Amino acid sequence: MSHAASVHSLWTLAADPPREIPAPHIEYAQLAPTLIVLGGAVLGILVEAFLPRRARYHAQLLLSVVGLAAAFAAVVALAAGGHAGEKARIAAMGAVAVDGPALFLQGTILLVSLIAVFTFAERRLDPAAHGNRVDSFAAQGSAVPGGEAEQAAVKAGFTTTEVFPLALFAVGGMLVFPAANDLLTLFVALEVFSLPLYVLCALARRQRLLSQESAVKYFLLGAFSSAFLLFGVALLYGYAGTVTYSGIAEVVSGTTRTVDPALASTMGNDALLLIGGALVLMGLLFKVGAVPFHMWTPDVYQGAPTPVTGFMAAATKIAGFGALLRLLYVVLPGMRWDWRPVMWGVAIVTMLLGAIVAVTQTDVKRLLAYSSIAHAGFILAGVIAASPDGVSSVLFYLAAYSFVTLGAFSVVTLVRDAGGEATHLSKWAGLGRRSPLVAAVFAVFLLAFAGIPLTSGFAGKFAVFKAAAQGGAGTLVIVGVLSSAIAAFFYIRVIVLMFFSEPKADGPTVAVPSALTSTAIAVGVAVTVVLGVAPQYFLDLAGQAGTFVR
Amino acid sequence: MNPVNYLYLAALLFTIGAAGVLIRRNAIVVFMCVELMLNACNLAFVTFSRMHGNLDGQIIAFFTMVVAAAEVVVGLAIIMTIFRSRHSASVDDASLLKL
Repeated sequence: MSHAASVHSLWTLAADPPREIPAPHIEYAQLAPTLIVLGGAVLGILVEAFLPRRARYHAQLLLSVVGLAAAFAAVVALAAGGHAGEKARIAAMGAVAVDGPALFLQGTILLVSLIAVFTFAERRLDPAAHGNRVDSFAAQGSAVPGGEAEQAAVKAGFTTTEVFPLALFAVGGMLVFPAANDLLTLFVALEVFSLPLYVLCALARRQRLLSQESAVKYFLLGAFSSAFLLFGVALLYGYAGTVTYSGIAEVVSGTTRTVDPALASTMGNDALLLIGGALVLMGLLFKVGAVPFHMWTPDVYQGAPTPVTGFMAAATKIAGFGALLRLLYVVLPGMRWDWRPVMWGVAIVTMLLGAIVAVTQTDVKRLLAYSSIAHAGFILAGVIAASPDGVSSVLFYLAAYSFVTLGAFSVVTLVRDAGGEATHLSKWAGLGRRSPLVAAVFAVFLLAFAGIPLTSGFAGKFAVFKAAAQGGAGTLVIVGVLSSAIAAFFYIRVIVLMFFSEPKADGPTVAVPSALTSTAIAVGVAVTVVLGVAPQYFLDLAGQAGTFVR
Repeated sequence: MNPVNYLYLAALLFTIGAAGVLIRRNAIVVFMCVELMLNACNLAFVTFSRMHGNLDGQIIAFFTMVVAAAEVVVGLAIIMTIFRSRHSASVDDASLLKL
């Protein structure tokens, strides 16, 4: 490489007549779900710009619900049309894969976001300010907390209806993320769903300092991790000379045709592959909240507005694990012996640390955050299985887990005192005596987190651990069961606290929600019970969707 | 000149950026260090593009610039709001969310 002749001759052929650039061929029908959601988001921006303020809330809510439902219908139509099976293809000039796992995860993300939008729109929980019903979001995000501008905005009855298009943009990015079939699309999708989430985190109506702090932390750490991911992409590009998944996989497995001798010096350089692969994995593990990249999770989950936390906890995890599965199973299957030991370690540490640290938590949202870290570890156990069963069990676990999470955070929005949500655990003491229904619903979600039989959590954990055991990860399953037992301790502790201790005199009140949050919680309970009692249909569905297209 | 030297420079810039993120206390400076890391990635992309003789890397550099610009918009907005409510952009001062 030190001699000039090794530099490729592409740069010296300017005398040639320029070749015509072929127009890219885009399969609009197969990309319909993403396009519908992003189109809805753009329309939402126009609504913000041109509609009078009082009409915006209803217009935005309608637009988001219709957009997400239409996108879900498009996913179902694609799956019914065979795109999940024999007609699975790579669309958009190799940028996006339309196959079983992608469609399954996109459908789950869309359903979860549809329900999350209901919780975004809830306006019954906070007491009306100056006669205007308000939601969980700041009257004006840019106003200084407690300042005159904020008081004026509250008095005028402003609400941040921008949250709906922001959520739609985030959903659009999440739909592309698990389907991305080259590393550039992966990076762009990551940023498209992260940037709106950073903003959403900063928009809480109550405890705005906490909310802004969580946004800063999430933003700085998120940008840091995506810079690592991008450097990993650069190194993998240097390794393979291409960023498409199939191209890199070919070079990894050594089946590629011999190319220009100028490439021989970098192509197939294992240092580039190992470091690049590790950096990309790091970026993805950050997004799913696996130890040692979990530091942001508790702070962000606690500080962000609770509906946003629920949305983020459920949907980001689905998208992140989808991308992780595709990367490990499509790009790096040839390196399985290198990445499996590393992921073993990450999974074990994630399960144990998430479960153990959760025991010491005193805040419900932080507790659920550490529980989500532990669950990331359980899902990683399925990822490590490196078998079709592993893929389908992870798909099923993600679907089951996301509805439980969303439901649990929706319940957290209901328990309130004068300062907003009462998230300290001591305030939840005796909740079961004061409002048995809410406490019982929360208990169902906690039991599902713990993996008690007849809940979706059990079916999911069973599927994941079975796949891991068959994949030769017996030790991992033992650690997983142990940490499940530790985790069950603190879930049960909350249930005992709610039902078997005396309510405090100055305890929180349970707000009566409108149909929106009630629907979200009811759907959460229904999915938890149905997936727990009769999981077979959905396991089969995930099993049929378990093949990646290359 | 040997293009590998540019790779060493990219790795060096990336390391300086990463160290800056970890060491510096002002949110704006931390953010600038992240941007330095992204630009180091761009340099690596363009160098690899030259070495491989295909244009993918140069196109990716354009995408990275656009993403970095979008990140600046969101990041500065968030850092501005926290500065206005706290009169400080130090990442050490923002410590309400501790156990």
